[in-house]
Amino acid sequence: MQEGRDCARAPLMELMQLVIGGLANGCIYGLVALGFVLIYKASEGVNFAQGDMMMLGAFIALGLGNADELGLPFGIAVIGAMAIMFVLSWGVERVVVRQIFGQPQFALVILTIAMGFVFRFVAGSIWGYSPLVLETPFAGQNLRAGGIVVGLADLVTIGVTILLTLGLWAFFAFTRIGLAAQAASQNQMAAYIVGVPVMRVNSLIWGLSGAVATVAGVLYATKGAIDPNIGLLGIKAFAAAVIGGLGSLPGALLGGLIIGVVEPIAGRYAPGELAKMSPYIIMLVVLVARPGGLFAQIQMKKV
Amino acid sequence: MRIVFKTSYDKDIDLHEHGWSRAKIAVLAAIMVLLPFFVGEYYLAEAANTLIWALAGMGLMVAVGHTGQVSLGHAAFLAIGAYTDSALMNAGLPFLLSFPIAGIVTGIFGAIIAIPAVRMSGIYLAIATLAVFAIVEELVILLEPITGGVGGIMAPSIQIFGISFDRYGALDNFYWLILAIVALVTWGYANLMRSPTGRSFLAVRDSEVSARALGINVTRTRSLAFGLSTGVTGLAGALMGHYIGFYNYELFSIFISINLLLVVTIGGLGFIQGAFLGALLITAVPQVIAIARDGLNANFGIDLGGIPGLDTMIFAVILILFIIFEPTGLYGRWLKIRTWFEIFPLARRDMFRRQKSYLKTERMK
Repeated sequence: MQEGRDCARAPLMELMQLVIGGLANGCIYGLVALGFVLIYKASEGVNFAQGDMMMLGAFIALGLGNADELGLPFGIAVIGAMAIMFVLSWGVERVVVRQIFGQPQFALVILTIAMGFVFRFVAGSIWGYSPLVLETPFAGQNLRAGGIVVGLADLVTIGVTILLTLGLWAFFAFTRIGLAAQAASQNQMAAYIVGVPVMRVNSLIWGLSGAVATVAGVLYATKGAIDPNIGLLGIKAFAAAVIGGLGSLPGALLGGLIIGVVEPIAGRYAPGELAKMSPYIIMLVVLVARPGGLFAQIQMKKV
Repeated sequence: MRIVFKTSYDKDIDLHEHGWSRAKIAVLAAIMVLLPFFVGEYYLAEAANTLIWALAGMGLMVAVGHTGQVSLGHAAFLAIGAYTDSALMNAGLPFLLSFPIAGIVTGIFGAIIAIPAVRMSGIYLAIATLAVFAIVEELVILLEPITGGVGGIMAPSIQIFGISFDRYGALDNFYWLILAIVALVTWGYANLMRSPTGRSFLAVRDSEVSARALGINVTRTRSLAFGLSTGVTGLAGALMGHYIGFYNYELFSIFISINLLLVVTIGGLGFIQGAFLGALLITAVPQVIAIARDGLNANFGIDLGGIPGLDTMIFAVILILFIIFEPTGLYGRWLKIRTWFEIFPLARRDMFRRQKSYLKTERMK
């Protein structure tokens, strides 16, 4: 009886369900993409290790919070993981990335890819390569609203993402350091001359992006098991950042949401391989039609 | 100290600056040709593998080193080359036809991709190639009738005019075949770089605005370079397929793209020799690690075999060290050492001082 009624209005409900799940997934892509955008905004470099930083952040939270490891309360574990990742990313910038200051962008791309491998190795040797589950207070709790089941984890994900995006946007728009970071990305030399401590700003932004990556990692871990290879999600988040335009925070979030929603819908109504391809196809279409992304900030240079 | 005395204008664009360098190449070629008589089966196969990697590295070098187009997805073009070649041979075409066709198909595919991609610059192009890679990987699975899908495909054994070039049955012949192909491509590449087309690649790499001002069609040049690059990579992919024998889409993973990037960066960006040095490194390091691991285990009882992913980790650390301390790569280092000896005792450290370029926004290009 119940089943029959569900079937009658199933297609629409199913679509809604997919969209809501997709939005939550998209928020995670968006958060990782935010990390890309942060570093891009500050130094016009792209950090290909962002996905691996997310993975490492999730594992540190797991190491602090899980009962069989350190067993701290969930909130403290997450904040602790964010702090550790902030210091770690800050240190990575300080020790490694700063060495190639003034080299072409390409160098940073290769350097961060290599760093991603190192992160993966570190996580793999500490926590092993088999999937682990992060213990969270809202695991498995669902809310029902008019026939649609929404996981509490999904709601938390969406809420945290909105808050974080607003916070970061305000940081870049209103604070002195945020403005200094933007200036440094436009022209490092000029920013340096007018008194922006370019190096220090860069380190700070890297730290910040490590903390954001940790949030993304923890939210990702609320939805399933994690292993050292989840960093490859970074490639998808990358597509999100590009769809939105690499320099734009709301763009990154929008790109993430688009990918997050399209992926499950394509998976439902088309062959599975097409669903896996869909983020990249969208990205290529955007790149061809609007090479700078949806929120493009590229202007022609006046010679 | 050597003084090169030029007696004609042709000498300016000669492939070899002086007689010695020509002689050195001749000696190297002779050693490579005679290699099967000196080394065993195992090392000969490794040498063939190195040559294939060098070929793929040269392909990527055209794009990254000489035209300044970073590609993170060259494994996709290896895959296209390999599958085209194997599928055509399985359909009954001889190797002499299927091999060039594989290169041409890959090249055309690459050039078609490059046409929209050349509108992008720098980082965006790298990302677009990454997307192409992800799409090709899934396409390989989707196109099961041609590619064998997840199960994989068999690369048939090579026969040319009745002579067997099988990877296992006639390894010597297979090695010579690869050597001939690599030598031919290298020769063509070296000559390309002294032709107007090759020079226009360099001009586009160094400054797009000035290249355009000099009358170079930037879009055409860049897509030509990318097409050539992918074509050569496709050839390497075809050979890689024959070398492995039986493969599926997993052979061409994202790690292969990154390894290729490692080949060109560690070898030395912008030098053909760099592709060879990089290939040598990437095939030798796993061997060295294995030998060192056995040695540690036997002599000190330290067992590193239990740590998974150590090889990748070591590669990554090598890459980081090179990017930081020697961005010009192995060949750049060799040039410095050679110059030091050539002009002894006049060499100064600042001769190779890197020009620091301060980053300016790409958003206004």
